[in-house]
Amino acid sequence: MSQNPGVWEETQNSAEFSNLRKSFRGFAFPLTIGFLSWYFLYILLTAFARDFVSIKVIGNVNIAFILGLLQFVTTFLIMWLYERHSSKVLDKASDEIREVVDGRLGK
Amino acid sequence: MTIDHTTLSSSLFIAFVIVTLGVVFWASRQNKQATDFYNGGGGFSGFQNGLAIAGDYMSAASFLGIAGTIALFGYDGFLYSIGFLVAWLVALLLIAEPLRNSGRFTMGDVLAFRMKQRPVRTAAAASTVVVSVFYLLAQMVGAGALVALLLGFTDSTAKNWVIVGVGVLMIIYVTVGGMRGTTYVQIIKAFLLMTGAALMTIMVLWQFNFNISELLGSAQAASGNPDFLQPGQKFGKDIIDAATGQIDQFASLMSKLDLISLALALVLGTAGLPHILIRFYTVPTSKAARKSVNWAIGNIGAFYLMTIALGFGAAALVGADAILAKDKAGNVAAPMLAEHLGGGAGSVGGAVMLAIIGAIAFATILAVVAGLTLASSSSLAHDLYANVIKKGTATPEQEVRVARIAAFIIGGFSIALAILAQGLNVAFLVALAFAIAASANLPAVLMSLFWKEFNTRGAVWAIYGGLIAAVGLLAFSPVVSGGATSLIPSDTGIIFNWFPLSNPGLISIPFGFFMGWLGTKTSNEKNYAKYAELEVRSLTGADIGKAVSH
Repeated sequence: MSQNPGVWEETQNSAEFSNLRKSFRGFAFPLTIGFLSWYFLYILLTAFARDFVSIKVIGNVNIAFILGLLQFVTTFLIMWLYERHSSKVLDKASDEIREVVDGRLGK
Repeated sequence: MTIDHTTLSSSLFIAFVIVTLGVVFWASRQNKQATDFYNGGGGFSGFQNGLAIAGDYMSAASFLGIAGTIALFGYDGFLYSIGFLVAWLVALLLIAEPLRNSGRFTMGDVLAFRMKQRPVRTAAAASTVVVSVFYLLAQMVGAGALVALLLGFTDSTAKNWVIVGVGVLMIIYVTVGGMRGTTYVQIIKAFLLMTGAALMTIMVLWQFNFNISELLGSAQAASGNPDFLQPGQKFGKDIIDAATGQIDQFASLMSKLDLISLALALVLGTAGLPHILIRFYTVPTSKAARKSVNWAIGNIGAFYLMTIALGFGAAALVGADAILAKDKAGNVAAPMLAEHLGGGAGSVGGAVMLAIIGAIAFATILAVVAGLTLASSSSLAHDLYANVIKKGTATPEQEVRVARIAAFIIGGFSIALAILAQGLNVAFLVALAFAIAASANLPAVLMSLFWKEFNTRGAVWAIYGGLIAAVGLLAFSPVVSGGATSLIPSDTGIIFNWFPLSNPGLISIPFGFFMGWLGTKTSNEKNYAKYAELEVRSLTGADIGKAVSH
């Protein structure tokens, strides 16, 4: 790879790569902050709002269970959203850049 | 007719051992080059690796520990399930794909990519070994306890032999099969564990007409505790001051902060566990790494949902008193539930179910300890030996020979430690491993991948800072002294628990990030050119397979 030392920085500075980075970070970072906030909201409610989460909703199933199960639902949902975003947007963009870089590296 | 479940249990377990040993020897013959030891050739599919991740991740703490905690404390055990699952989103969104694209064999590959090799790889090897050995210890102590309960051993000599046996088996799996063999063992285990858990879940729900509310109601009634279905029976308790009879505000707040600290360690620890991270190298592309995590989340999520049925089922059908009579930590809840579902103690069905679930629990432990031994021996060989001691001049064959020797050393060391540590609480060791991983590894990995300014001093300070903070705070916590269940009993009068929380994560995880930032800012080193390479590789997979060409 040493025969083409500028390839990494040139690629990093290219518009295509900037778009890919923005498209990845713009999706993954807010989603990470979102699910962590939602998870800690749940933890804080179980720690400090015991009366609220103990309210029974369906039979013996209380709000604490509903919130816990919703954590499962959102985890699966985020997984699905990220897979959709990746396969629709990220994979194609990264494949195109990779082919150019690998070509320049003589692979 | 009576049937002896211990004979059946042993036979099933021996069958598992024979089958997996056969698979491991077969796998070793598939290995084409020395480095297959580290990544199994890198050709597994996303589905295979997803199952193997599930098999690597769902430890005795998940299966026996969570079911037991729910059975004894109700809702709070479920908090573990949620934390252990949600944590996978960190791995999915931030770690799996970039890690696959920019490393080859170890966590240290990515951490040291644009840094000075020797200090960063030494730090990476140190934290890999510390995290893995704590985790390993928990599994082996758990194995000893489980066998003792299932086979009715009471003397410690028999337990010691079980620990030695588990240790020897894991050394064989790892040294013979390397990553390829270990992967197949984990896939088989994941299949067995999911099948066993699904079988028990259906049998439990059958008894309650597939009505969750009815199951919860019966569990609560059997527990005799009106608050059994609410959070706060184990974690974040309101502490009553014995002298005044009032709620002790300070102690209660500390107890709730402890819950938050545990939650933080659980959700951030997974993506810093070295034995999980190296699994992403067993697939050819980042896309396959992402698919692996999707399959893993599917399996792990389904399993943790089933812990509701297993835990509350055990509470309702077996009862806390019967569980406590066999094991104070509640780890036998799931096997006892199996016995009950099969028809109860003394019945043929009960013996068969107990034997099956007991053998699955062993398989669970074996697959996890093999993964841990592999992660630490890989890091010792690839990070410490090849890149620190030999400065990159070792051949792959020399490296892998050292890795095999390292597996013997780590295995032997863990056997000795586990025998000494038999009285320890298993759950605390696992939670500690998660806290250390989240404090020492996650900050350094994230900053390596996403922060342009990050440099050698930042990486070294982040790793050692998080590691020392986590282990140091733990040493002065109620886990070690001054508490009801401390390592050093309170009646010895040796009390030095000036740190009030049992889990250090709340302090040590932010501290790891802070030290990474501070180290970076106080050093003049810039590595923008190498970061350009790392960033382009990590997002595109360019030049994959040749990453880390130092």
